[in-house]
Amino acid sequence: MKELSLNVLDLAQNALSAGARHIEIAIEESEADDRLSLRIADDGSGMDPDFLAGVTDPFVTTRTTRPVGMGIPLIKMAAEMAEGDFRIRSQKGEGTELTATFRRSHMDRMPVGDMAGTLAALVQGAPDVDYIYKRTTDCGSFTFDTALIRKELEGVPLGEPAVLNWIREYIVSGEAEVMAENM
Amino acid sequence: MKTLEDLKKIREEMQSQINLRTDESDVTRIVVGMATCGIAAGARPVLEALVNEVGSRKLQNVVVTQTGCIGVCRLEPIVEVYEKGQEKVTYVQMDPDKARKLVSEHLVNGRVVQAWTIGAAE
Ligand SMILES: Nc1ncnc2c1ncn2[C@@H]1O[C@H](COP(=O)(O)OP(=O)(O)OP(=O)(O)O)[C@@H](O)[C@H]1O
Ligand SMILES: [Mg+2]
Repeated sequence: MKELSLNVLDLAQNALSAGARHIEIAIEESEADDRLSLRIADDGSGMDPDFLAGVTDPFVTTRTTRPVGMGIPLIKMAAEMAEGDFRIRSQKGEGTELTATFRRSHMDRMPVGDMAGTLAALVQGAPDVDYIYKRTTDCGSFTFDTALIRKELEGVPLGEPAVLNWIREYIVSGEAEVMAENM
Repeated sequence: MKTLEDLKKIREEMQSQINLRTDESDVTRIVVGMATCGIAAGARPVLEALVNEVGSRKLQNVVVTQTGCIGVCRLEPIVEVYEKGQEKVTYVQMDPDKARKLVSEHLVNGRVVQAWTIGAAE
């Protein structure tokens, strides 16, 4: 993947496939601590411990015995390449939470990229699911929450192009407010 | 800075529009493959271009949806068009420009862009 936002889109698709109704995405970065972390939590069907163990370390099992794909291995690799780590917790029937950390200044740390595009794509694909996206930097934090938008829209579908464009611009401008360049 | 206030305007506009969408069986579906290889190959901007083009042309009987893996990784991003009474058309190696052109050529003018179909690629 060229940017983290594409991994986020891919991993959130896993959550949607698992029937999640709520997906929380948080990106926290600190220049002072030289860390960047990504957390994605969902209330989908979760995974049992045996399956989870394999998903975390997919190269030890063959693809034919279990449906293991590329999504999780890719983010794990991306984190480890940038002196970070990857953790996944999941409970059958409860949901899944994955966390990837990175050394922010590491040469191989992928840029965060177009999170606005990722959220717009997720809302377009599954407009009835609730998404919360929180972006935190040393300068403050910005939160995007579809529950608030849904209330404001009084039944107008979130997947309407005009709404999606609003979402994109809202996130771009909200993120810009907490970026250090603007201080 | 966009505010929640702007949403109110969108809402009022949408609510005042009469929904002209014809019955479900007449709907044309544009399906974008959004699994890992599709996303890595650039499916997100293709999806965005399709949604915007269909929206700005106000094509009432066209819906854009997403699906998982369509199949051939090296031909991603892949877009399928399902039109009533027609065979499915599979477009491969799409980009945002081609996506917009697909909407005007295939959906508005009714001409399949043969050069971008999976048949032409193989
Ligand atoms: N959030 C989640 N909730 C429940 N199950 C999950 C979740 N994320 C992953 N899984 C399970 O782990 C498997 C592996 O996920 P991964 O993203 O690595 O590959 P994939 O989705 O199968 O294929 P792809 O390569 O297209 O991503 C999934 O098929 C799914 O069964
Ligand atoms: Mg996946």
